Amino acid sequence: MSFLNNVITGVSLGSIYAIIALGYTMVYGIAKMLNFAHGDVIMVGAYVCFFAMNSAGLPPVVGVLLAIVVCTALGVVIERLAYKPLRAAPSLAVLITAIGVSYLLQNGAQILWGAATKTFTPIVSTDPDARLVLIPGQLSISYVAILSIVCCVVVMAALTLFTGQTKMGKAMRACSEDKGAAQLMGINVNSTISMTFAIGSALAAVAGVLMCSAYPILSPTTGSLPGIRAFTAAVFGGIGSIPGALLGGVLLGVIETFAKAYISTDLSDAVVFAVLIIVLLVRPAGLMGKYVPEKV
Amino acid sequence: MKKKTLAAMLMAGAMCFGLLAGCSSNGGQTSNPPASDAGTQESQPANQGGGFDVVTIKVGGIGPITGDLAQYGTATQWGAQIAVDEINALNGPIRLEYDFQDDTGVTDTAVSAYNKLKDWGAQVIYGCTTTAPCVAVAAETFADRYFQLTPSASSPDVTSGKDNAFQMCFTDPGQGTAAAEYLKSTGLGSKIGVIYNNGDAYSTGIADAFIAKAKEIGLDVVATQTYPDDKTTDYTVQLTACKDAGADLVFLPIYYTPASLILAQAKQMDYAPTFFGGDGMDGMLDMDGFNKSLAEGLLLMTPFNAAGTDERTKTFVETYQAAHNILPNQFAADGYDCMYAIYEACCQLDGIADMDHEQLCDALITLFTGGDFSVDGLTGTSMKWLESGEVSKAPVVVKVVDGVYVTQ
Repeated sequence: MSFLNNVITGVSLGSIYAIIALGYTMVYGIAKMLNFAHGDVIMVGAYVCFFAMNSAGLPPVVGVLLAIVVCTALGVVIERLAYKPLRAAPSLAVLITAIGVSYLLQNGAQILWGAATKTFTPIVSTDPDARLVLIPGQLSISYVAILSIVCCVVVMAALTLFTGQTKMGKAMRACSEDKGAAQLMGINVNSTISMTFAIGSALAAVAGVLMCSAYPILSPTTGSLPGIRAFTAAVFGGIGSIPGALLGGVLLGVIETFAKAYISTDLSDAVVFAVLIIVLLVRPAGLMGKYVPEKV
Repeated sequence: MKKKTLAAMLMAGAMCFGLLAGCSSNGGQTSNPPASDAGTQESQPANQGGGFDVVTIKVGGIGPITGDLAQYGTATQWGAQIAVDEINALNGPIRLEYDFQDDTGVTDTAVSAYNKLKDWGAQVIYGCTTTAPCVAVAAETFADRYFQLTPSASSPDVTSGKDNAFQMCFTDPGQGTAAAEYLKSTGLGSKIGVIYNNGDAYSTGIADAFIAKAKEIGLDVVATQTYPDDKTTDYTVQLTACKDAGADLVFLPIYYTPASLILAQAKQMDYAPTFFGGDGMDGMLDMDGFNKSLAEGLLLMTPFNAAGTDERTKTFVETYQAAHNILPNQFAADGYDCMYAIYEACCQLDGIADMDHEQLCDALITLFTGGDFSVDGLTGTSMKWLESGEVSKAPVVVKVVDGVYVTQ
């Protein structure tokens, strides 16, 4: 039974990674850049929700919506101010800018909200009895875990529909395939990229709230580690691929939980990254990524 | 870049404050009013006579006031500031001029902060807040002959082999040993589990000493669990191991942020042993949004209780709260005590006006290790120092009852 419990813990953790990984993977797919500030947008989302609930006394749903609105705006603003002027610059310059934005958000949060850790109030109850009991006394799922998994599935389904069926989604795919050609076909590349950032950041807000509900501490650096894990998940699943992000996120969560439970609590990260290396040796583009050989 | 700007702003702020403090002490010197309340807290012989030469000692502080560890650094910075203001308001023979530099918790930044303080003319070094930077700075002060007193860097590495470095807090092994002895003498917990941060010198230092002492005095440690860093968020594996081993007391020599998660997750899995922590646990109750009922019954060893009822603690807590809108923790109290230790030591030295920092360093070392010098502070009474630089004071264990500390 402890095995199944670990599977559940792993999948729910992985679902959160997957939602974050989506932000990385979509931005990479379209703008061909690694947005390292993504993890910190998560943190901002969690803070907005925290203050909406604890200081303004708003209900959790309003807190989440507010977080989504703020993060979406933040994502678009960051893109406009920091990345758009560098559209033609070498990718290394954009990467360094992204790291700079990440520090800006962390330190800005510290000035605004202080360095002291805050305890997040979970949006759904985490009491011992707030769980769905499958086998009494042995197997149960907490409501937070259920919420994480459901959110992940819904988001994934919605995104797949969006990129497959809508005009904007098709424009996104066209941009990711060939920006120049897409522009020639009359697609507004800049607004498409902004849209991608908006969606990615909105998802970051959702992930931030879910993550802080499952593990209720919040500090200006809360987002950095999950951000890196989710980036790993995106690479694992194949960066640029939406189903890849889901697969990578969930696998990463499960491997991490299993490594902790059965190998060593200290070495879980090492195990996760060892698996990543092996996968990339066998499939250099990740599990579901398209490997495009470069002609020299 | 933002970080630098912030550091620069804080630095400028600290300097302005230093200037203001300097002005006010000068003002006191020229007008020299025999303030009626001056002698209430400290009665210095020279103070009553009047007409003495005022000596200003420059104390340079170092600690992280930005970055991950900012909460600890700011506490030591602010706590010491209150002591400095009080001391200068005494109109005694010794005034303190205080500057605090940011080390962001990083070793090489700490060394440059120290160099800045040297250029500023610091005579005594107060800090660093955290262990790794403190070890690096202590090596420098040892070579340069500056007296150094740290409020909170608790590793023995800080003082070992350096006669000029002293601590206000317990050493890590000292705390682990004291914890084991406390459990033995009170008989709390028949089976003990330990969860600690394997990647942190503070946590490992306490845990190792605790486990060694527990073995020596016959405590039954049934589970020893580790985690790699304080960014870890899931502790169910470690808690399950303790639960399965039947531990009815879990010792947590860790900081309060991970501990708050451990308490929450233990509750989620219906595991309710007695939790017992070190001084790193102090601060948990003040976390914004923390559900205090989770900490009910938690025992921790902390030298400072903000709910203390003695006059000095009350004044300190009120002043601190008025200035910074949060309750002071033990870091702040340790900082406050450091300044008083420096001040009271300086008051006992003859001819301090003519001493350079090297002579001051040697004189302070002789005084601190002489055996007759003791300080009463917020974190202990009759605190003395060993030649190793370690402080000698009684450990205090508090229990969380209805969301406040109750001294055991």
